[in-house]
Amino acid sequence: MTVPIDAYLVVGAGLFGIGVIGVLVSRNLIILLMSVELMLNAANLALIAFSRALNLMDGHAFVFLVLTIAAAEASVGLAMVITLYRNHDTVNIDRFSILKW
Amino acid sequence: MTEYIYLIPILPLIGFLINGLALNRLPKSVVSAVACGSIGLSFVLSVILFFELKALEPSSRVIEQVLFPWISVGSFHVNFAFLLDPLSAIMILVVTGVGFLIHVYSVGYMSHDPGYSRYFAYLNLFTFSMLTLVLADNFLLMFVGWEGVGLCSYLLIGFWFEKKSASDAGKKAFIVNRIGDFGFLIGMFIVFWSVGSLNFNQVSSIAPTVFAFGGTLITAACLLLFVGAIGKSAQIPLYVWLPDAMEGPTPVSALIHAATMVTAGVYMIARTNVLFMLAPDALMVVAVIGAATALFAATIGLVQNDIKRVLAYSTVSQLGYMFLACGVASFSAGIFHLMTHAFFKALLFLGAGSVIHAMSNEQDMRKMGGLKKHLPITFMTFLIATLAISGIPGLSGFFSKDEILWKSFSSQSGHPIFWVIGFITAGLTAFYMFRLVYMTFYGQERMDEKTKSQLHESPKSMTIPLMVLALLAVVGGWVGMPHILGATNYFEDWLSPVFSHGEAVNTHALLSSTADSSMEWLLMFASVALVLVAIYLAYNFYLKKTSLSTAMKEKLSGVHKTLLNKYYVDEFYGAVIVRPIIYFSLFLWKIVDVLIIDGLINGSATVYNDISEFLRQGQSGRVRSYATIFTLGVVVLLAFFMTD
Repeated sequence: MTVPIDAYLVVGAGLFGIGVIGVLVSRNLIILLMSVELMLNAANLALIAFSRALNLMDGHAFVFLVLTIAAAEASVGLAMVITLYRNHDTVNIDRFSILKW
Repeated sequence: MTEYIYLIPILPLIGFLINGLALNRLPKSVVSAVACGSIGLSFVLSVILFFELKALEPSSRVIEQVLFPWISVGSFHVNFAFLLDPLSAIMILVVTGVGFLIHVYSVGYMSHDPGYSRYFAYLNLFTFSMLTLVLADNFLLMFVGWEGVGLCSYLLIGFWFEKKSASDAGKKAFIVNRIGDFGFLIGMFIVFWSVGSLNFNQVSSIAPTVFAFGGTLITAACLLLFVGAIGKSAQIPLYVWLPDAMEGPTPVSALIHAATMVTAGVYMIARTNVLFMLAPDALMVVAVIGAATALFAATIGLVQNDIKRVLAYSTVSQLGYMFLACGVASFSAGIFHLMTHAFFKALLFLGAGSVIHAMSNEQDMRKMGGLKKHLPITFMTFLIATLAISGIPGLSGFFSKDEILWKSFSSQSGHPIFWVIGFITAGLTAFYMFRLVYMTFYGQERMDEKTKSQLHESPKSMTIPLMVLALLAVVGGWVGMPHILGATNYFEDWLSPVFSHGEAVNTHALLSSTADSSMEWLLMFASVALVLVAIYLAYNFYLKKTSLSTAMKEKLSGVHKTLLNKYYVDEFYGAVIVRPIIYFSLFLWKIVDVLIIDGLINGSATVYNDISEFLRQGQSGRVRSYATIFTLGVVVLLAFFMTD
């Protein structure tokens, strides 16, 4: 029995929703970054599902690109988190408003 | 030597630069040596050039020296060029000669002044500007000199600027002159627009072909040029600045406000005589204004008590004579009177300066008297100048004034009325001048004891220029004796090449309407007789029976008050012109500028500020709220595209 494509999409949408909520509600920068990863992977799941259902390889190529970007984003993001923590002794994003006018 | 014409104005400029840039760092002896030396060299050079010019044929006595092309735009070409001809030769001799004597006099007069080198720097700058004015070969360069002398006049009137009345007088002179300069500029534009050149010689030769004789355009151009002359030469209605200009140091009054600068207007009219000859109506206006000013200023001079003010009104009056001469197309008589006036009026002012110097800066004649024995040299020279200005036969003033009176009577453009006005003015002149002499040098000594004990004759540097000028005031007129005395009028012959162009375009302007020499004799005797009567009256009023003048004053108290207050002209100008301008300026400042313009700018800035304040609320700096708005935006966009 094959899993229908709807199931993949529902799971992907659920993951994306969790990611969005995580970005919106979390105060911790690290959780925020993890939530962004979650959203990216939800998109990956949808791409793979479509690729398989339509029997095309384009989705795979996209996924590899997205994974690469996610890795880069995570490394830059975490580096920034570390720097921020060193300067401000916190990773609470509500405290980072000094660039405001 | 003619290639050195440019040195004549340049030398005083160098003197100005040295004294002006060194400020107070040079010792006084060096400052005076530089100042007097530079203008002295100019004078020597002027004399040499005068004789070189004299050696030439009368028709070829025009030397133009082009230093460099100054402005060249499209069809507009102006050279930086000097013109030496009989007219400018006379002028440079007067300016450098009298100027040199006044520089020397100033060495003594200003010796205790802290602004010594500044004073001489200004004086040299003035001489440079005046020489540029008279040597210029085109209107534009003349205008540069014209403005330059105006500037120096301003600087020197306000030389003691810590005194409010002096700085006010300087401003007044500058502003009143601006009105005249405006007229001069517009006149210059009309000339260039019609003739296509600003060079005097070209204008003289082209003007008769482009202007209709007596046409509107040429009349307008001449009247506008005359407005410039009115401003500079202190004629009605712009004469008001000159009496106030007496706030400056006395040698300045002698140099700028008697001998040289104020005669620039007369010179300018003589220089552009062709244009004025083409416009008989403008000539008529010149004559009327000149005659009116001569009489008007002389009446004010009758009652003034400040020694320098009497001389100032006398200057205005004598300038009126010069314009009267120009107005009846007798330009050489005007220039002749300019020259003799430069001698005796400079002498009068310097003599007055010597008196003021001796009197510890007292200028009120009511506090003088009996100075004859204390200041013998000053008295003698002053008396000679007084006799000269009154027109006693044999002295310089007699010849020039008599020529003007005769020309205003006899020439075609003259009229007996002009003669009558000139005749009365001559009587008034003799009266107020002898009133001044009697009040100052004769009678009882009315000064206080302290001043009296300090009375002293001035130093040699002041008395020697007085003596030289006294000599000139005596002999200066001998070059222009009238024909009926059996003499040759060298002066008229010398200037005739300059005015021949003008006489060619208006041949009958100067023709004598009466060739009657017995008439000329009669008029001459009449004016001399009047002068003698006036002197006798002054003697009675101010020396013999002083009660007479007090009685007269009470009898005619209304007239006396009007004259003493100078016909209330200053008050009239104040109420009609100055105050409305001040109020209008206040309106522009307080209402238009502060309220409307500033209000608009500040108002728009306030509006943008308020808008920004409102928009700023959205930029909280909180990442999570940004993210929320961003997400909502995405959801809205998706919903929008998916409901398609």
